[in-house]
Amino acid sequence: MQRSCLLSPGCKCNEAFEKAFSYTPEEIINIIKDSGLRGRGGAGFPTGMKWEFAAKAAGEKKYVVCNADEGEPGTFKDRVLLTDSLDKLVQGMAIAGYAIGANYGILYLRSEYKWMLNDLNAKFNEFKNQNYLGNNIMGKGFDFDIEIKLNAGAYVCGEETALIESMEGKRGEPRNKPPFPVQSGYMGYPTVINNVETLCNIPYILEHGVAEFKKYGTERSCGTKLFSISGDCAKPGVYEMDLGITIREMLEMVGASNTKAVQIGGASGSTAGEKDFDKTICFEGFPPGGSIIIFNKSRNMARVLKNFIHFFEEESCGQCTPCREGTRRLKEAVDRIERGEKLSDEDMNTMLELAEVMKNSSKCGLGQTAANPFVDILGKFREDF
Amino acid sequence: MQTAVESKLTVSINGKEFDARKGETILQLAKRNDINIPTLCNHADLCESGNCRMCVVEVEGQRVLQASCTTPVAERMVIRTNTRKVRKTRQMIIELLLAEHVGDCQTCKRNTNCELQDLAAEYGIEEVRFGKSQEKRYEVDTRTPIVRDNDKCILCRRCTQVCEEIQGVEAIKPMGRGKDTDIGCLFGLPLDETTCVFCGQCINRCPTGALTERDATKEVWKAIDDPTKHVVVQTAPAIRAALAEEFDIPPGERVTGKMASALKMIGFDTVFDTDFTADLTIIEEGTELLTRLKKALVEKSQVALPMFTSCSPGWINYIEHYYPDLLPNLSTCKSPQQMFGALIKTYYAQKKGVDPKNIVSVSVMPCTAKKFEADRPEMYDSGYKDVDHVLTTRELARMIKQAGIDLMDLQDSEFDDPMGISTGAAVIFGATGGVMEAAIRTAYELVTGREVPFANLDIRPVRGMEGIREASLTITDPLPEWSFLNGAEVKVAIAHSLTKARMLMDKVRAGEATYHFIEVMACPGGCLGGGGQPIPTSPEIREKRAQAIYTEDGAMKLRKSHENPAVKVLYEEFLKEPNGHKSHELLHTKYTPKDTW
Repeated sequence: MQRSCLLSPGCKCNEAFEKAFSYTPEEIINIIKDSGLRGRGGAGFPTGMKWEFAAKAAGEKKYVVCNADEGEPGTFKDRVLLTDSLDKLVQGMAIAGYAIGANYGILYLRSEYKWMLNDLNAKFNEFKNQNYLGNNIMGKGFDFDIEIKLNAGAYVCGEETALIESMEGKRGEPRNKPPFPVQSGYMGYPTVINNVETLCNIPYILEHGVAEFKKYGTERSCGTKLFSISGDCAKPGVYEMDLGITIREMLEMVGASNTKAVQIGGASGSTAGEKDFDKTICFEGFPPGGSIIIFNKSRNMARVLKNFIHFFEEESCGQCTPCREGTRRLKEAVDRIERGEKLSDEDMNTMLELAEVMKNSSKCGLGQTAANPFVDILGKFREDF
Repeated sequence: MQTAVESKLTVSINGKEFDARKGETILQLAKRNDINIPTLCNHADLCESGNCRMCVVEVEGQRVLQASCTTPVAERMVIRTNTRKVRKTRQMIIELLLAEHVGDCQTCKRNTNCELQDLAAEYGIEEVRFGKSQEKRYEVDTRTPIVRDNDKCILCRRCTQVCEEIQGVEAIKPMGRGKDTDIGCLFGLPLDETTCVFCGQCINRCPTGALTERDATKEVWKAIDDPTKHVVVQTAPAIRAALAEEFDIPPGERVTGKMASALKMIGFDTVFDTDFTADLTIIEEGTELLTRLKKALVEKSQVALPMFTSCSPGWINYIEHYYPDLLPNLSTCKSPQQMFGALIKTYYAQKKGVDPKNIVSVSVMPCTAKKFEADRPEMYDSGYKDVDHVLTTRELARMIKQAGIDLMDLQDSEFDDPMGISTGAAVIFGATGGVMEAAIRTAYELVTGREVPFANLDIRPVRGMEGIREASLTITDPLPEWSFLNGAEVKVAIAHSLTKARMLMDKVRAGEATYHFIEVMACPGGCLGGGGQPIPTSPEIREKRAQAIYTEDGAMKLRKSHENPAVKVLYEEFLKEPNGHKSHELLHTKYTPKDTW
């Protein structure tokens, strides 16, 4: 079940570009659409469609942004791609640029990866020297360059519009949508923002073809996916797996036993209990973020919940009411529980109502999902409280 | 015609179909059709921020509720504004805000005029289900003309938006993140150590009592109640066009005479009209402008042109911080408030035979920056503090109510002599473009001996609410002493709000401006939209106040500042000549370059 489309060495840049430039931009967008590739950042938006929107949007300039703000607790899979598969990322970004008509790429790097900065810049220079970046790439008449912008440490900047604000030097806070970044993104220009992993899939799809890519995964979740697996297991690490793998299969692969719960998709993802272990990890099952955290039966889920809720209270940007105030109130509730207080039914109902309000009325994905662990963990592990 | 058809959409709200315009938001469509959707962060003057989430509605096909203020309508959209889910969500949002909103309504200046209070009542919030803290967390700095109480702040950010979008000052900003977010200044500095210009536009946008003016009513009552004090009050032109709003009268009602009566009933010993010194300003500033033009055109000497008006203290603060290099262009005339202050404790004191040290000089201004201005160290030219206390329109309304006076029931009365007469030219100081119009009425006539060539003296090109306006007037056939202006095309520009002022100043700084005279008012709409005016404000409200002001001008017998007989007497008896020695001593000032940070 373990595949290696992303983690194995791919083709060289000259081959990838030779192939890519033999297509028209429209043809590339159609290939990516046909491949069924969905965004690997977590939300799973169809990549080909995103590119098509940006390609069709009017703008004197366009941008391709690689979201390398890998900030979901428990995720470290993009780090592997950035250090070991940078050529795939460069190919993916340049091809995205070619497809949508962008000559500028920005790598938005999480501040905790600052240590990579010199190395990344040196490698980008190398790519330039080899004419895989810069003006007139491989004599094909297409210019594309990549610059790096550093995040300042806020989780919310992984949200694409907050990311844009941050790149523009402003407070990292989500924008109202519409307009979407593909219409008006960085500096008001049409911008495609893709996760590192999404972009690294592009050269594979072009090299091996749509049919080969679709061999992996399920009908609605094509391809493989990287997971950062941590917690109570024998072999934590970064794994590449088919989308659609069951939780049980995954647990076996990483040598997890006596498992009580699996957190899939980071703090804002969903919590699987034993009853869920035969369910699949894919967009139509447990949505696949980059992070999988395994908890065995020795763990108290109330403390897990406390950790997540404290995280959200800390990382809410503070802009919209439900998220800013809601995370504060959820935190108060989990702290009371942690201190051994029993919440009255009335209080519990208020909190569940609050969770619903946060989900329904917050401005961005952070607030809309911040209460997930509260609802999920409380619902599935009531005995720990 | 084709585009009109194309841009028309059919949208359903609560089961009823409406014609919607492409590009408008759900909230705009609902408002146009009298469907009430509650809002807090939304404001007619500001960009939609979508922060408070009060205005969420259900949209069919959408996973979550949509903020109606930021969601554009779409063809065949099905919207519900009044479902259980929507109501419950709004109720909880109000509760969440109330839980962090510390302060008693009864002791709040915004009691009965608070959007949060209104919504809590509307949504029947009888308890806050989250632990509501009653402990104050923030210190309140009551020294500065604008008082910020973050305990009452609900983080809607209208204040920071107006400071950025309309004024371009950005003195206050959201600081911190998440639960630690609050509105503050860089490095937590107090307001008076920032570039805050004290325009008070933030106060007028605040939905709660988090932003208010520094109170002067107590000091003024104390003076009135002190029999040894002779308390003199002056009222700015914009007050009469807005004061009634504080008494639940729709905007646009003029209460000049009722206001004069109320001030007398409150107990002020003398009630003057700042319009008098507005007329005086025209004489002083007009003379200054003509002198500068003469120097430039005849003597060919280096002189700073275009000249800028100097009546708006928010604008003065702004130029001192942001364009100190252009300070020589600023007219040296004090604002009408400060001219009056200097005259009350000199000319008036002499004439009345009162010892100036026993005079308490009070002004009623539509403005919070006037409080700052009155405190400036330069403003002691009478030998005393020229203006002791500045009340905003709102504070005056409070005093009228405290005195048990029903303003709208009062008979009209006149302002007092010797500085109670004024002209229509002075009244229009309250509206953007008004100083310019008044100046042109007088300057043109002084130079040519003829009235301005506009029907009914209404100089329409300088009126209106366009952010920047330009006009020009060619001088033909001037009087002999002004022959150097023959054929000259005098160009003027007007800006209101500081983002617009910045655009003009950048042009001037770059040497691209060909104007001779520029009027700048810090606040949108001019003084009638000042930070001391009744809350709420909106483009429509300001438009109505402007109409009231121009109607007042049109109804006056005297329409030109140089025809004000009381001003003539003042020159004869006291000042001698415009821009003369005494004028310079009392009516002119100097400015101080300041840093941006």
